[in-house]
Amino acid sequence: MDRRDFIKTAGLGAFGLGGAAVGTALIRATTTKPSREVVRAKRWAMGIDLRACAQHPGCRKCIDACHAAHNVPSIPEPRHEVKWLWKATYERTFPEQVHEYTTATTREQPVPVLCNHCANAPCARVCPTGATWKRADGIVMMDEHRCIGCRYCMAACPYGARSFNWQDPRPYLHTVTADYPTRAKGVVETCTFCAERLVAGLPPACVEACQAAGFGALLFGDPDEPGAEIGRALRARDALRRSPALGTAPQVFYLV
Amino acid sequence: MHTPGLTRPRLYWCAVAALGLLVALGIAAYSRQLASGMQITGLSRDIAWGLYISQFTFLVGVAASAVMVVLPYYLHGFEAFGKLTVIAEFLAVAALLMCLLFVFVDMGRPARVLNVLLNPSPGSLMFWDLLVLAGYLLLNLVLLRTTLVADRYGVPLPAWVRSLVYISIPWAFGIHTVTALLYAGLSAKPAWMTAILAPRFLASAFASGPALLIILALILRWTTRIHVEAIDKLGEIVAYAMTANVLFTALEMFTALYSGIPDEAEHFEYLFVGFLAPWAWASTFLAIVALAILLVPKARRNAMLLAVACLAVVGSVWIDKGLCMIVAGFAPTPLGDVTEYWPTLPEISIAAGIYAAGSLVLLVPGRWVLARREQQ
Repeated sequence: MDRRDFIKTAGLGAFGLGGAAVGTALIRATTTKPSREVVRAKRWAMGIDLRACAQHPGCRKCIDACHAAHNVPSIPEPRHEVKWLWKATYERTFPEQVHEYTTATTREQPVPVLCNHCANAPCARVCPTGATWKRADGIVMMDEHRCIGCRYCMAACPYGARSFNWQDPRPYLHTVTADYPTRAKGVVETCTFCAERLVAGLPPACVEACQAAGFGALLFGDPDEPGAEIGRALRARDALRRSPALGTAPQVFYLV
Repeated sequence: MHTPGLTRPRLYWCAVAALGLLVALGIAAYSRQLASGMQITGLSRDIAWGLYISQFTFLVGVAASAVMVVLPYYLHGFEAFGKLTVIAEFLAVAALLMCLLFVFVDMGRPARVLNVLLNPSPGSLMFWDLLVLAGYLLLNLVLLRTTLVADRYGVPLPAWVRSLVYISIPWAFGIHTVTALLYAGLSAKPAWMTAILAPRFLASAFASGPALLIILALILRWTTRIHVEAIDKLGEIVAYAMTANVLFTALEMFTALYSGIPDEAEHFEYLFVGFLAPWAWASTFLAIVALAILLVPKARRNAMLLAVACLAVVGSVWIDKGLCMIVAGFAPTPLGDVTEYWPTLPEISIAAGIYAAGSLVLLVPGRWVLARREQQ
C-alpha cells in the first residue's frame, strides 16, 4: 500500500468511526506541504540552449546527475534500458527540421531528450489507473506504486520518453541514493522534473549540474513569472519543440 | 451405446490431457515471467506490446463475432441459426476468457490489476475496454446458461432472455469498437490513428469469427452425428465480411501510400519490406485465396473448399491482427529507430497455454452438450 492509498484508507476509517475531524487532521498531518515555490509556479518549463550544449559534445553531466539522483539503473542491454534523460542526434530529435542541405555536423549534434511534460499529455490521458497524471503546475507525475505495468503510456508517448522495468533494476545500480526510492520490476518510470527537489526549493538535478559546470545550457522556471530567465530567453530567441503538430504542447523548449 | 467421434471417451480424454499439458507448460512459463520479470519476453523499450496484446485484439474479434449468428436468429427470425447460437455463445465465452487472460499476463504488476477499478479513469480507453469486456462476458454466461438449462429440461426460453439478447447485440459491436479506439486515438502511432481502424476491426472479426464457427461446425459434422444447418448462409456472411475487410485495408493503404506522408507510409514500408514482411505477404496471399473461393458461390458451397477458405480467412486475419498490426505499429519508434520483435519461447508457451485453456472451456462443457444432443 502506498502512502496515498494509506492516507485514503486511514481517512475513510476515521470517518467510519464518526471522527470526521480526526480524519481531516490525519490527512492534513500526513500530506506533504508544498513549498512556496511550487505554489508560485503556474507552469514549470525547461529551456535547453542547443548552442550552449553543442559547446560540450561529450558532456554527460546532466544525465549522470539525474540518473544518480533518482537511482536510475545502468542496464547494458539496450532493449531493456531505463532512461530519464539521454542524448539523441539533432536529426532524430527534430526530423522535420532537417533537409538535404543540413550539414552532417548539425545532423549529428547531440541533443538532450527527456519527458516533455506536455501540457496536453497523452500518457496521463491513457493511464487506466491514474498512476501517471498531470499536476496543476504542469508536471507529469508518476506513482510507481499504483502503476500496473500495462505500458499503455509507453504506446501513447510520442517521444519514447517512458521506460518500463523489464527486470529488477536494483542489481544494475552502482550506487544507491538513500534520498530517492529505487523501483521494482514491472512498473513504468520517467522524469518528473525533479518534483522532490522543487518541493525543497531546489532546481532539477540536471539543471543544477549544468549550471555548476558553468555551461548554462539548461534553464528552468516559470516562463510567465516576471523577470524569470527562461521567460526572457523564450521571448528573445527562437525555440523548437518536439513534434509540435501533435498538439501535445511540450514544456521542454529547445533554444536555437 | 456407441458414440462416434469427439464424444468417444478415448479421443476426448487424449485431447483433454494434451490441452492440460499445454496449460501446465503455460503456467510454468508464466511463473518464470512472474519471478524474473517481462525481460523473458521479446518485448523492449521500443516495442512495448507484442504477442499477448495482439492475441487479445484478435480474440476480442472472435468474441464479438457471435453476434453474426445471434443477430439473424433473434432479430430476423432466421431459425436455421438456432443450433449455431449455442456454439457461438460457447466460442464467445471461451474467447473472452482468453482475452482477459492475455491482458492479465501482459501486466508488469498483475497483482495490482484491480487498480483499474479502484481508481476508475474515464479518460482511459483501457478502463472502458475492460468494463465492456467483463460486461459482455457476464451477458454471454447468463445467456449460455439459460439456453442450456432450457435445452436440458425441454422448456422454452424465458421471455427476459430476448431483452438480454437485444442488449448483447450492440454490446458485441461495442467491445470491438472500444478495442479499436484503444489504438485509434494515439497520436504517437500514425499506423493506428486512423478512423477506419474500428470498421476494419469489425469486418475482420465478422470474417474470422464465423469462419471459425464454420470450421467447428464442419468438425462436428464430420466427427459426430450432429448436423449443423445453415453453414452455407454463414459462408455468405464470411464472404461479405472478408471482402469488406480487404477493401478497408486497401483504402487505408491508399491514403497512406498515395499521400506519401512519411509517418503514414513508413509503417506500410516496414510491414511489407521489413522484418515482418514474410508474414504480411502470407496474410495477403491467404486473403486472396480465401476471396477466390468465397466469391464463387459454387466453390463456397463445397464443404471441403469452404473449409480451406475458412482456414485461409482465420490465418490471414490472425497474422494481421495477432501479429503484424500491433508490432508494426511500434516501428519505427518516435526517434526513428527500428527494433525488431519476435516472441520468445516462454512467451509463446504462455500464449499457447492460454489458447489451450480456452479450448478446454470450449471442449469440456461442449462435450456434455454434444452427448445430450446426440442422444436426442
